[in-house]
Amino acid sequence: MKRATIDIWVGIFVAAGFAGLLFLALKVGNLASFSTAQAYQVQAKFANIGGLKVRAPIKSAGVVVGRVSSVMFDNESYEAIVTFNVDAQYKFPRDTSAKILTSGLLGEQYVGLEAGGDGVMLKQGDRLRLTQSAVVLENLISQFLFNKAAEGKEGKDGK
Amino acid sequence: MASAPIVEIENVSFGYDAGRPVLHGVSLRIEPGSVVGIMGQSGCGKTTLLRIIAGWLKAGAGRTRVLGEAVEGLDSKGIFALRRKMGMLFQFGALFTDMTVFDNVAFQMREHTDLPADLVSDLVMLKLEAVGLRGAAQLMPSALSGGMARRVALARSIALDPRLMLYDEPFTGLDPISLGVIARLIRTLNDSLGQTSIVVSHDVEECFGIVDYVYFVSAGRIVAQGKPQEMRRSGEAFVKQFVRGEPDGPIPFHYPAPGYEADLDGAGALSSLPAAPAIHG
Amino acid sequence: MAERTLLAGLRQWLESLGHMASSKIWRLGFAARFFVYILLHSGTAFRRFGLTIREIYFAGVLSLIIILVSGLFVGMVLGLQGYDTLQRYGSSEALGILVALSLVRELGPVVAGLLFASRAGSAITAEIGLMKATEQIAAMEMMAVDPIARVVAPRFWAGVISMPLLAALFSAMGIFGGYLVGVQLIGVDEGAFWSQMQSSVDVREDIMNGVIKSVVFGVAVTWIAVFEGYDAPPTAEGVSGATTRTVVTSSLAILALDFVLTALMFTGGNAR
Repeated sequence: MKRATIDIWVGIFVAAGFAGLLFLALKVGNLASFSTAQAYQVQAKFANIGGLKVRAPIKSAGVVVGRVSSVMFDNESYEAIVTFNVDAQYKFPRDTSAKILTSGLLGEQYVGLEAGGDGVMLKQGDRLRLTQSAVVLENLISQFLFNKAAEGKEGKDGK
Repeated sequence: MASAPIVEIENVSFGYDAGRPVLHGVSLRIEPGSVVGIMGQSGCGKTTLLRIIAGWLKAGAGRTRVLGEAVEGLDSKGIFALRRKMGMLFQFGALFTDMTVFDNVAFQMREHTDLPADLVSDLVMLKLEAVGLRGAAQLMPSALSGGMARRVALARSIALDPRLMLYDEPFTGLDPISLGVIARLIRTLNDSLGQTSIVVSHDVEECFGIVDYVYFVSAGRIVAQGKPQEMRRSGEAFVKQFVRGEPDGPIPFHYPAPGYEADLDGAGALSSLPAAPAIHG
Repeated sequence: MAERTLLAGLRQWLESLGHMASSKIWRLGFAARFFVYILLHSGTAFRRFGLTIREIYFAGVLSLIIILVSGLFVGMVLGLQGYDTLQRYGSSEALGILVALSLVRELGPVVAGLLFASRAGSAITAEIGLMKATEQIAAMEMMAVDPIARVVAPRFWAGVISMPLLAALFSAMGIFGGYLVGVQLIGVDEGAFWSQMQSSVDVREDIMNGVIKSVVFGVAVTWIAVFEGYDAPPTAEGVSGATTRTVVTSSLAILALDFVLTALMFTGGNAR
């Protein structure tokens, strides 16, 4: 095997390998969107985040405007502190509210942002004041049963 | 004008494991410029001796001095430095099968020196010319006959002009012509390059034709030594048997076995064993 | 009388078992020291990179055909089987996710690793074993050239470099195969195929972890291959036994390491 031929083939091989990796990263994975875009960080506290995971999408009006970057527990207020990476091109007012919603009936959970009306915009490190926790199925069911029981009791009393 | 011996071995013993000693108190001296033969049966310890000289194996006891250095005290760096001054020809050549003849001979020059490519090429051609194989420079080792392969290996091992050459059974398996060629090469290279050579072999005729001095090894000991003519006239029983190629002598013809009658007579063979435990009952 | 022989036989069996276990452990220790030695003496493999490039050719380039073809077929089968199961739950649009995640996280590194072990690993073992048997290694040592630096280390690094590239190519071909079967043959929506895939496959978690896995497998397979070759008895049976051992041990190592790495990486759930 001539030296030059070997070098050419190894060069082709390495180039093809990197092309494969690039293909995977760009066409298959989500590198093309987000991870390296400019983003600012905002925090929000929730009483219950349900099934929200890191890298879950943050949507406003149904459009993805950012990703959850970290989830932590505040040992003083016993609430969850979620940090968002919001794409720098989207500015939200200071009184924007954050809700944890479910896509579909039993799908993945994401954060929905509803813009408020304040003139001042959120900047890096701000905290969202208005939050609504995730709907936890068990609480919903026990609520439902409790209501049902209360109705029944009222009914009995009322009669 | 007595110059220091190239190799000096004093009372060296060696065993691969504790229970199997291979060499017992061997002593020998190799004078510079000489070709010395070490001869003996297969398995008598002569290859082990060669390996101790080359620093492959560490002797269990005794002193080994090669080219003025005490081999036991050397670390791996020291041994590598020592080997730069030695060359070794392996029994079947041990050429690198993935390189051409040229690359094989150039190997040491490329690994150990920074010589420019054309100088390396000239040196390789010089060495190949010395062994008569300059025309085969671009062949692959698989295309060479046994004798040619061994000559290329010889050219490879003298590439950096070593002061000490070690030959491990250089005559094994060669046709008469190649035998003559290799023997002549060993002698002439030794004299023209000012080397000292040690030839381990059991080919009496070829060896006696080129060596100045010979040591006979049997069962890990030196049983005789001297000039070849003296050895031919020697009265020592082992030397006589070896030099004349006699089937029986100190080295017996028969492998040790119990009496003949025992093996011929079926029942007799079994009855000579200790009582086997009862299998039934 | 019978108990005495039974006891003696049992004792002998236990002794040989213990001896086998201790010799295997001794061998493992030797292999570990060998590994460290290779790492410490890898300078030549990088300073004279041509040596390593040559080995990348023999280990990586010559494995390309089998990797690409196998990747294509594995991807196509994934497409078929995946569609068959998913469409039962009305989720046939998730085919892209299924194919991509299966390949990138698991099948790419593992199957490429197994193929590499059998093709390149066995070749490396046989080559080094034969060099040792024909005294080429000894000759190199006699010429004051460290055979581990010159012969073993380039092959080791060639394997480590080739593995992740081969695994990536395997995954890429597999996804293409899944695309061929799913979109072109069966008729799953092309847009859904790619967009759902892109939103579910994370570069850091899935693709990078897959790459890490393939590097770890590369180290394991090549280490085993060079060690078995170097340690092989210098006979025909010795080299053939070593080659078999390389393939078997590498395959088991890949599967075991895959389990460990998967457990470490893909634990799922919230913040680490």
